Amino acid sequence: MRSIFTTGAAALSAATLLSGAAFADGHAALSGDLVIFSDMSNPAPRAVMEGMVERFGAMHPDLSIELTIIDREAYKTQIRNFLQANPPDVANWYAGNRMLPYVEAGLFTDISDLWEEGGLTEALASTQASMTIGDGIYGVPYTYYQWGVYYREDIFAELGLEAPTTWEEEISNCQAIIDSGRACYTIGTKFLWTAGGWFDYVNMRTNGYDFHMALTNGEIAWTDDRVRATFANWQQLIDMGAFLDNHQTYSWQEALPFMVNGEAAAYLMGNFAVAPLREAGLSDDQLGFYQFPQIDASVEMAEDAPTDTFHIPSGATNVDAARAFLLFVTSADNQTLINGGDGLGQLPVNAASSVDDDEFLNAGFEMLSQNSPGGIAQFFDRDAPAEMAQVAMQGFQTFMVDPSSLDTVLDRLEQARQRFY
Amino acid sequence: MTSTITEIPAPPRRFRQQAIAPWLFLLPGLLFFAVYVIVPIFQSFQISFFEWNGLDRPDGSSTALYVGLENYRDLYTDPDFWTSLKNNAIWLVLYLLAIPGGLLIALFLNQTVTGIRLYKSLFFFPFVISQVVVGLVFTWFYDPTFGMINEVLGVVGLGPVNILGDTRYATYGIIAAGLWPQTAYCMILYLTGLNAVDPEQVEAGRLDGAKGARMLWYVVLPQLRPATFIAFVVTIIGALRSFDLISIMTDGGPGFYSTSVLAFYMWDVALSEFGFRMGYGSAIAVVLFMIMMVYIAFFLWKMYRDEKGV
Repeated sequence: MRSIFTTGAAALSAATLLSGAAFADGHAALSGDLVIFSDMSNPAPRAVMEGMVERFGAMHPDLSIELTIIDREAYKTQIRNFLQANPPDVANWYAGNRMLPYVEAGLFTDISDLWEEGGLTEALASTQASMTIGDGIYGVPYTYYQWGVYYREDIFAELGLEAPTTWEEEISNCQAIIDSGRACYTIGTKFLWTAGGWFDYVNMRTNGYDFHMALTNGEIAWTDDRVRATFANWQQLIDMGAFLDNHQTYSWQEALPFMVNGEAAAYLMGNFAVAPLREAGLSDDQLGFYQFPQIDASVEMAEDAPTDTFHIPSGATNVDAARAFLLFVTSADNQTLINGGDGLGQLPVNAASSVDDDEFLNAGFEMLSQNSPGGIAQFFDRDAPAEMAQVAMQGFQTFMVDPSSLDTVLDRLEQARQRFY
Repeated sequence: MTSTITEIPAPPRRFRQQAIAPWLFLLPGLLFFAVYVIVPIFQSFQISFFEWNGLDRPDGSSTALYVGLENYRDLYTDPDFWTSLKNNAIWLVLYLLAIPGGLLIALFLNQTVTGIRLYKSLFFFPFVISQVVVGLVFTWFYDPTFGMINEVLGVVGLGPVNILGDTRYATYGIIAAGLWPQTAYCMILYLTGLNAVDPEQVEAGRLDGAKGARMLWYVVLPQLRPATFIAFVVTIIGALRSFDLISIMTDGGPGFYSTSVLAFYMWDVALSEFGFRMGYGSAIAVVLFMIMMVYIAFFLWKMYRDEKGV
């Protein structure tokens, strides 16, 4: 059993070595220690991470790799300490503004030369912007996933509904679902970010990607009429009772049973919701996916697709090994392997990789590659700076519970904008 | 001659030993106390005058920016700070209910009936389990869709209520959860105190015709004063450092920190996932410290007075 596995790993690593050799003119022999800190702590990601380390280690027998996996939530606060006090050679993090504080403090290494030499600028073109701050590129992505509406096809069929493509269809669908005694959307906003997803989509459909980016960058006042237009659209759904009652009490996982039990018809979520929905017993016949509908026909469709990343801290000691590891992670073969259904079940970042044959991954890949001309955003709490994201998402939740608080909410957000940018 | 030489230096050495030995024993404790308690207090004071996101450059140079009293000025105009302070006050007042509650249960349990030890253990049980578990259990209890409280309310014809999702009730809901273990704590303090009540005094009181409430008030309670004092101190401190229940049950929400208290607000702005405002967090910590200081000073003063009295 063991030997089969190692031969398999060796064959794989040989293949990766070959493809790697094409752009790295042969790997120099790596030695010493490579210290990796990772937040891939859930069972599937953990296995993926350990698998990658094992295969990379097989390619470089002289290198001793020390992998530390830290709980994903704990990692978010620990990274501040270990980047300064005890930096590893490679560390997981997220793209967009989430890496800004560390880039500004000079704690991540600019690896734009690695992107040039390693051919990443072509292979990973779709995610380059999210890794770029100023003139530098500060890491490599290893996976990303689409956001969109996951819905109960059987309930839609029962009510004679089609997946909506326009806002009018959306509203009339929703009315039919409410009339049948269900909520249109389940959502749990206790931990706030789920409300951020709704804001992202309504705002990107109402005002477009560029406006959304300018807003999250603090260039536009929250009291602007265009922002109010976004909230007005959102409020249409809230007023008609589209969202699950008492959503402020639930986490996103606690909101899942409502959809599984058929008390809610759909969920605006990232692709990671598919696995728990399937585990809860929904078959692929019952579960469908559609792109968030158009609101304004003149606005190009844009999507949320958060990217998870690897970085080299500036305190790294074995930079050569760290760079080789980053190239290995992003190589086409490894990308296909780790993002498959047995691994992360998400989308590979390398254009030469193939997407796992899964209904939702295919739908997401097609949507992101062909039907999001507006652009691809990260997510509200990754596009906006941390302090602003915190206040804004509290505001979204307040608004969803009580839309009449809109003026207060917008004033609070505007004050926060003036303080934090 | 030789005897005088050996005898004369002896007294000073013993004197020195007596002076040094306690300090040697205290040293490790003092060292830890200084490093983990005293120094951080002064560091918090210092950081509260800076705007700093907690990150230094790789070469070790600081990115902190001196802003003087700016953080404190911001606190003054920050509605979330005032919400937290107000909630702290509510906690302080309502948490004291644990003291009469604990006394009542202790009096009730202070009798010799078969199986009383079992009842005592059951009443003490909530104090033994982790606050996190208490928070989770109460969260399920309050759940607006599946929770037991709405089942019960439904039976008596009262509408469903979302306790933790409603800014009007959420704080009270969390305090109720906190009172459960705190009452058990006070109960155990009083049970111990009741053991020490002098039966002769009770007998004497009874001969003088005291019973029921009068007996409790004039004979038993004065003897329970040390227990009451300790219960008061631990309850006040418990109320001021309330954090875990809030984090578990509402995460400070709903909305803008409606159930937050100073300890939670400080953690959220400085140390949570999106918290990068070390200076601001330190300013909150300093305010909380000042409030605690009032009670600590009172506590020390009382201790000093009592010791001197004895």
